[in-house]
Formats: sequence, C-alpha cells, structure tokens
Amino acid sequence: MSPAPTIAARRGRRGVGGEGRAASLFLAPTLGGFTLFTLLPIIGSLLVALTVWPLAGTPTFVGLANFEKLFQDGAFLNSVVITLIFVVVYVPLNLVLSLGMAAWISPRIKGGSIYRLLFFIPVVTPMVANAVVWQMLLIPGGALDSISLAVLGRHGPNVLGQSSSALAAVVVMSLWQGFGYNLLIFTSALSGVSENVLDAAMIDGAGSVRRFFSIRLPMISPSIFFATTMTLITSFQVFAQPYVLTSGGPNSATTTVVMYLYRQGFQYLNLGYASAVGVVLFVMILAVSGVVFLLQKRWVHYE
Amino acid sequence: MNSAARALASTQEERGQLAREASLAAALRKRRRIGALSQILLTLTVLIFMVPVIWMLSTSLKPRAEVFSSPPRLFGSTVMWSNYLAIWSYVPFGQYMLNGFLVAILGTVLVVASSVLSAYAFSRLRFRGRDALFFVFLGTLMVPQEVVVIPMYLFMNAIGWVNTFQALIVPWAFTAFGTFLLRQAMLAVPMELEEAARVDGASRLRVLLSIITPVIRPTIAVLVVFTFVNYWNNFLWPLIVVNDPAHTTVPLGLSQFIGQSMKPWELIMAAAGVSMLPTVILSVVFQRRLVRGIAMSSGLGGR
Repeated sequence: MSPAPTIAARRGRRGVGGEGRAASLFLAPTLGGFTLFTLLPIIGSLLVALTVWPLAGTPTFVGLANFEKLFQDGAFLNSVVITLIFVVVYVPLNLVLSLGMAAWISPRIKGGSIYRLLFFIPVVTPMVANAVVWQMLLIPGGALDSISLAVLGRHGPNVLGQSSSALAAVVVMSLWQGFGYNLLIFTSALSGVSENVLDAAMIDGAGSVRRFFSIRLPMISPSIFFATTMTLITSFQVFAQPYVLTSGGPNSATTTVVMYLYRQGFQYLNLGYASAVGVVLFVMILAVSGVVFLLQKRWVHYE
Repeated sequence: MNSAARALASTQEERGQLAREASLAAALRKRRRIGALSQILLTLTVLIFMVPVIWMLSTSLKPRAEVFSSPPRLFGSTVMWSNYLAIWSYVPFGQYMLNGFLVAILGTVLVVASSVLSAYAFSRLRFRGRDALFFVFLGTLMVPQEVVVIPMYLFMNAIGWVNTFQALIVPWAFTAFGTFLLRQAMLAVPMELEEAARVDGASRLRVLLSIITPVIRPTIAVLVVFTFVNYWNNFLWPLIVVNDPAHTTVPLGLSQFIGQSMKPWELIMAAAGVSMLPTVILSVVFQRRLVRGIAMSSGLGGR
C-alpha cells in the first residue's frame, strides 16, 4: 500500500495551521448555530431559573428561591412522582416487548420486514394524531365502551376518567407508539450474532431458551444498553400523550414534569419558575443515565 | 437363493431409507406446522396492533351520526369520502399542511447542509481541540429540547421571531445528531478517492461536494428522513412559539380540532390520517436505509 505514506507526508508538510483555517470555515455554520441555539439556551435555562420572569415585564434575580419553592410545591412533586411511575413502568415494558418481538420475527418468519414496518409506523406518525385516535377509542361511547356493551352487555370502564387507569392508558398508548423503534435496533443487533456460535451451542445441547439467554442476550448487550439509555431519556420527556389524551387529568393524575413545565411557563406565565422545572428535569435525566452508565460494566459485554 | 437374499436385503435397505425419510419429513412437517402457527399468531398480533389505525380510517369514512354507533361497526351506512374534502374547509388544514411542508423541507435542507460541512471538518481535517469539540457536541445530545424551551422562547421573543417560520426552523437545525451520523459515514470513505482530486487542484469544497457526498448518499437519506419526521411531528415547540393559523403546523392544527367542545370526530380522524401520510410514505420508501441508519446511530451508545 503505497498511497498511505504519501498522504501522511503531504499532511505533515501542509501543517496543522492550514487545516485549522479550512476547518473553521467548514465548521462556521454549525458552530455558530450550535452556540446560539444550543449552548446559550442551556446556559440560559440555568440563568432564567434564578429569576422571577413574568412573560410581560422585567425579570428580577431571586437566587435559588425558585428551587426552594419547587421542593415544597406539592403539584410539582406530584408531577415528579407521576413521571417516575411512567418511566419505571414504561421503559422495562418497552424493552421486553421490543426484544421479544425482535426475537419472534426471526428470519424464519416470512415477510418479517413487512411486520416490522407495520410496527414501526406509529413511531414516525405525529404523536398528536396517534393520541387523538386513542382518545376516540377510550372515551365513554368510544370503541372500547361500545364493544364492551355489545359483548358483555354493560358499559366499559371510563378508562381516561379514573386516576389509575388514565396513567395506565398513557403508558399503553406510549408503548404502542414507541416500541417499533427499539424493535428495529434489536432486530439488527440479533442479526449480527454469529450463527457459528449458536450452532456450536446447539451441538453442545443448549436448547433454544438457553441459547437466547446465554448467547444472544449477552452478545447484543451493547444494543440493549443503548436502547435502555435512549428510551429512559425520551420517557422523561413525555408530554404530547397526556396533553392530548387526558389533558393531564383527572385530578393531575397524568400531569408529567414537562406538562407542569409547559403550564407554569405558558399558562401561568412564570418563565423563571418553569425554567427551574426544566433544570430539575435535566438533573433527573443526567442522574438516571449516569447510574445506567455506571452499571453497564456489570452486564454489557463488548467484543 | 442368492438372488432372494439380495432382494430381501435391498427391500430392508429401502425400508430403512424410507423410515429415515419419513422421520425427517415428519420433523420438517412439525417445524413447518410450528412455523405456520407462529406466522398466524404474528399476523393476528399485527392486526390487533393496527386496530387504532384501522378504526381511524373506518371512522374517517363514516357519517357524523354513526361515529359512536352501538354496537360498533367497521363501515357506516354510506362511505363518506366527502369527509376528506371537508377537512380542508372546516379549518385551514391545507394551510397547516403547506406550513408543515415548508418548515420540514427547509429545516431538512439546513440540517443536511450544515451537517455535511461540519462532518467533513470532523472526519478529514486535523485541527487543535478537534476531539474535545466533538465530545462537547455529542454531550449536548443528552439535553432534551424540553429543558431549553423557556430560554429559547425568551430568545425568540427578544429578536422578534415569535410567530415566524424561522423560529420553527432555525433553532433545531444545528444539533449534533446530523454531524455525528455523517462523520461516521465519511470516516468509512477511502482517502485515495479525494487525494487524486486534490493533487489535480480541486478545492476541498469541490472534493466534498463532488466526491465524498455522492458516496455517502445512503446515510444522507437516513438523515433526511429522521430530520423531516422530527420537524413534521414536533408539537411542543410550535405550541409555544406560534399562535396564528398562518404559521400553524399539522400537529398543532390537529390539537386545535381537539379543543372544540363538539368534536367532529369523523373529520378529526380524516385529518389525522392525512397528517400521517407524508412520514409513512417516507419510511416505506426508505425502509431498508432507515433500518441501517438506526443500526448505525445505535453505535452511538457503544464505546
């Protein structure tokens, strides 16, 4: 291979300075936009959180008062608990469901890619459209209710009208909407598991269940780690589902942290307070992903 | 005698052969039966999974009086194709669709253009602090949009961008995802290709546009689909930064249908169906590339 050294030689002669100038030109649009619209808002969210900032009016600096108030704000703490319940129920169910379906729709199934595509469709369609369809299925008089009336002879439960079942409906709707993404991640991971290793295990007498848990799962653990982290992060952001499906109700039973942030900011117009909610949300996400990241050494195997 | 023994032996051999073939066939038949059963169960699962979509389509074609018929029926007394015409005049849904396309297309162009340039710098040029900068870039992937919406709104307010298209497009056009995805693809393009062109005196920009970009077109397609879908579906940000029909995007328009006290469900379902079409078509067309792109982006969670 002769070209490699010549490239390196020419690189050396041209020097770092020349490439630095070129790099700054190529990076200018992205870095400019990134600084203005990503870095500054991140710093801004911290600064705004230290103020009382009415939508119309001048901000006043109040130090950590917003945070002190937040931790005594029953409605906020309630939204944290609801978000945590959502995360704790939704994330494991999503992972088990998508992994199970990925294993089921194996290469032996005919037309597997069509099944996967159908499961993937709700992932790309607008969340608002998905949620409004589910609302029509679940409201009194809707499909669930009238099926119950026709089959069992009595009205179905008012799923969206009761605290516990309303949150369950948000979870189920989110699962329906979101698991197709992880299904694709796990499908491509499973297809990368070497057939030779699986055949060797089969000859040694490992059954299909054993092969799945002792070979396939450890071998795709990097993908499981990725899917877990991403699903965790996005599940903390749950907003459109409760906003459309239940409007956060009944009795705030589905008011998540982001819904609370939106209400404080744009219905009660307390921008400083709302920004403090955003900062707490970020700290929560950071803490949970940090724990997942630290734990990965115990169960994630890189080849 | 001899011939009789030979005849006996050969029939025994044949019988053995037959028995072996029979047991093999039985095993195959069993496996095929399980396979067929699995296929039927999977098809049933997909059908149940698709019930919300099927119900949406069915309701969108019913006369208003029959939307909540009891017992529920898949088809109304007449097929109301006219519902799909009514949505365009009931609310300015055509305007919302146009706005949505404008925002999603311009946003996608901006994301692809800036990502191609910065990915080139990160994959091909050597400059001081490159890896540190790239690390900061990737770090911000952890910060969800929800955390920064408050300062971003104040920013838009300050520069007079509230109720504008640029407010819907520009703030989310410089994220790290596109740069990361295209950088990975460019790292896989052999240097030899462009070195020859550089020796012949082509500029870096020229090399990037006419040599590297065509090679990584599949990955650019993935970025196009992801970006378009994100812009098209985004709900929280338009809800915050836009409040006039001239800039309303599709999810926001759908949510306004919902706010009405007497909901025209058959029209909402028709509009929801139409709102899903663009992203569904995109993912069907780019199905294979999407799967590969998702597999690639999951490399993000790896080492």
